[in-house]
Amino acid sequence: MAGITGKDEVLTAYARKLETLDAPKGRSLTQDAIRRLRRNKAAVVAIFLVVFIVAAAFIGPYFLTWGYAEVDWTAIRKPPDFAKGHYFGTDQNGRDMLARVLQGTQMSLIVAAVATIVSVSIGVVYGAVAGYFGGRVDAVMMRIVDIMYALPYILFVIILVVMFGRNPVLLFVGIGAIEWLTMARIVRGQTLSLKEKEFVEAARAGGAKPWTIILRHIVPNLTGPVVIYATLTIPEVIIAESFLSYLGLGVQEPQTSLGTLISFGAPVAEVLPWMLLAPAGVLVTLLLCFTYIGDGLRDALDPKDR
Amino acid sequence: MKQVLKVEDMSVTFALHESEVHAVREMNFALSEGETLAVVGESGSGKSQAFLAIMGLLAKNGRTGGRAMMGDVNLIGLAPKQLDVYRGKDIAMIFQDPMTSLNPTLRVKTQLAEVLVKHRGFDKGKAVKSAVEMLERVGIPEPAKRANAYPHELSGGMRQRVMIAMALLCQPKILIADEPTTALDVTVQAQMLDLFKTLTDDFGTSLVLITHDLGVVAGVADRMMVMYGGRAVEKGVTDDLFYDPRHPYTLGLLHSTPHIAKRAERLDPIQGLPPSLEHLPKGCSFNPRCAFAFDRCLNERPPLTETGNGREKACFYEGPMTYGKVA
Amino acid sequence: MLGYALRRVLSAIPIALIAVTVCFFILRLAPGGPFDGERALPPTVLANLRAHYNLDQPLINQYFIYLWRLLHGDLGPSMVIDGFNVSQLIRIGFPFTLTVALTAFVIATAIGVVAGMIAAVNQNKWPDYVLVLVVMLGVVVPNFLMAAILQLWFGVYLGWLPAGGWVNGSILHLVLPVTVLAWPHAARISRLMRGSMIEVLGTNYVRTAKSKGLGQRLVLARHAIKPALLPVVSYLGPGLSYLLTGSLAVEQIFGLPGIGKYFVTAALNRDYGIVLGTTILYMFIILALNLLVDLLYAWLDPKVRYR
Repeated sequence: MAGITGKDEVLTAYARKLETLDAPKGRSLTQDAIRRLRRNKAAVVAIFLVVFIVAAAFIGPYFLTWGYAEVDWTAIRKPPDFAKGHYFGTDQNGRDMLARVLQGTQMSLIVAAVATIVSVSIGVVYGAVAGYFGGRVDAVMMRIVDIMYALPYILFVIILVVMFGRNPVLLFVGIGAIEWLTMARIVRGQTLSLKEKEFVEAARAGGAKPWTIILRHIVPNLTGPVVIYATLTIPEVIIAESFLSYLGLGVQEPQTSLGTLISFGAPVAEVLPWMLLAPAGVLVTLLLCFTYIGDGLRDALDPKDR
Repeated sequence: MKQVLKVEDMSVTFALHESEVHAVREMNFALSEGETLAVVGESGSGKSQAFLAIMGLLAKNGRTGGRAMMGDVNLIGLAPKQLDVYRGKDIAMIFQDPMTSLNPTLRVKTQLAEVLVKHRGFDKGKAVKSAVEMLERVGIPEPAKRANAYPHELSGGMRQRVMIAMALLCQPKILIADEPTTALDVTVQAQMLDLFKTLTDDFGTSLVLITHDLGVVAGVADRMMVMYGGRAVEKGVTDDLFYDPRHPYTLGLLHSTPHIAKRAERLDPIQGLPPSLEHLPKGCSFNPRCAFAFDRCLNERPPLTETGNGREKACFYEGPMTYGKVA
Repeated sequence: MLGYALRRVLSAIPIALIAVTVCFFILRLAPGGPFDGERALPPTVLANLRAHYNLDQPLINQYFIYLWRLLHGDLGPSMVIDGFNVSQLIRIGFPFTLTVALTAFVIATAIGVVAGMIAAVNQNKWPDYVLVLVVMLGVVVPNFLMAAILQLWFGVYLGWLPAGGWVNGSILHLVLPVTVLAWPHAARISRLMRGSMIEVLGTNYVRTAKSKGLGQRLVLARHAIKPALLPVVSYLGPGLSYLLTGSLAVEQIFGLPGIGKYFVTAALNRDYGIVLGTTILYMFIILALNLLVDLLYAWLDPKVRYR
């Protein structure tokens, strides 16, 4: 599923810029980036929307009349009904759609967070090690990445799910484990240029061990690419998860995810449109927001325009 | 002598997010047939932007005012399509960086021949043949072979020769060379200047040489225009300015240039940094760095005025200038 | 150029071999097997089955048997459907999958390149804004959702196009699947093209071309498009392989008879024969595409050939 949102291209271009340009000194990178990000209206709106959706997904359920698995026998397949507290209507089993959408959003966000953390961690460590040690280690490790690039991903996700069963945790890890390739490549490139810098030389001369140097001196300097990568990976994972759920390989009843909800809503959308519209709306909003934030971050952290 | 280019009251402004930057103001000069004019100044003095504006090559946020008359045609304000009738044919430009100014994906001959196809209506075969001849004229060995090369297969000096050949293909009336030697090795620089001299003489082309290096100007340019903070501050015949500079900035430049300054006891760079065009100082733009500045310079901007003998300067100071005082 | 091509082909061989090995062992070491059905098979039947598919031999032997067969173009048997093998599946399903994917690829690449160029030339004017919005939708709306919306709109409400299925082989059945598949691809291509075109339009050599008075059309066509295509070309390989795998999903969604249908069913039934065979087939295609793209890239960017 690599490259769904085109993040690989976005990031590779960004990283190339970082390598060719020495970041100017003096101004704080973070402050500068935040100032520039705040000027980007689309990104600011997107951040607020994401915060709102996340809050709604995790806090919202406590304020609802209905639980996500609770069945209201008096309201089956009913359109939105404010008197009864079914603000998004109910599904074929009489369950409240708002509660289900919130629960589904929660699930999709958790999957996205876990998978993103997994992929970023693997990518950073792998890339930093390859870049830092260089030579043959680097050659072998990057060859492995090349091979992994040649594997057809959707097929692999499906295989993973079949192999590991429908254990959600393994599913997240599985998705995360195949999203790290580009991160590794970028981190390697950055590490190659970072390790020639004076502060790394100084640490090495001071007798620091390779792992200490990697973790203390190199990884913290990779903030820019890592932040952008993570932001752009989240929507990708959400899409991957929702697609698996759509195929019936994702989260299991009565739990749900945005993908599962859409896959149930799509066939009945003609007669029960609210069952598709609500989860689809949330999904598309989330994905759009993350993409805008990612683009905004890339522009804000762009070393060229500073 | 016949004038080939007459620039009157030209200005260049760039629109930024919330403000405007005036890169060039009130520029006036005339270029005669066959003459070489050096435009000298530090980076940010507006010297390059002025000529990019004449060529219609400003960045999108740039705006040009005033007139640049080439015969009866005002180049400023022409639509790109009309400008394309003259660009490359009557007025050509060579850029600073030969490494990036040639298209890396096209063979040298293609990039040369297209000029002749466009402006002279040659068919491709004839255009390539003329292109190879021109390559030979600019001193490229084995021109037929080099014509088939891609730019990255040539050295920096070779590429600049290709650029020169390209600019001269249509024997333009005016050639603008923007820092043509800056990116090259010192040994190649001298050859390149020789080449400029010979070729522009042969073709009767007027040359505008934009540079920050007075060493380049000496021996090549007939007249000189010194720019500072977007304005011309001194104009005149090259020798006059070299031996008798009237503006403190010209004097400072002369003393910052190694092989000219060796006549003086030591190298004395001008103090301070060139001003930001967004925040020009009040009065004379040069006053914070000027050793001769007095009260009037701080409040009033000196206009460019004639001082006789075809010379002009923009400075209130009339007394003698010795450079020691600056350092 | 020829030497470069040869070097690239040779370096792809070990990668292919390793990838096959990785696929083989991952799948074989995975828990569960094709015969772990709900109903336990009698031990003798199971033993026979295992012998038939060489599953009783040591894993390493199985691996070499598989490699040997692969060299002869045999991608292996199905372990669930008797007498059915991957080659048959490919014969039946692949032409369809390939047609859908290639159609989408060609249409999307053309649209993407042109749209990206239009957006770049009109940077920050209305054509740019409209295109960016359409592109964004293509990037963020997942294919199954886009499929659902298009099916509902064009298939049900407007009734212009069949919403799914493959009844009589009418080309109309392909319109929606190809659109769903092509849109995101066109979106990514145009995004790439827009970015690289903007960059190229700002380069010194485009300024040189303008200074020669070539006119906008010639400047764009001869000087800008070729270098601007470089990042697009390097995406074409991954792009097409993404379309080929994406096609599996779209086939599933629209109920079309391509490889996708078989693959998903096979994966669910743990039919490792089919899964392994299809995966390896796709891997070869991806490797071949990457190779092709590298060669195309070398042709576009003369510098690459000499590295």
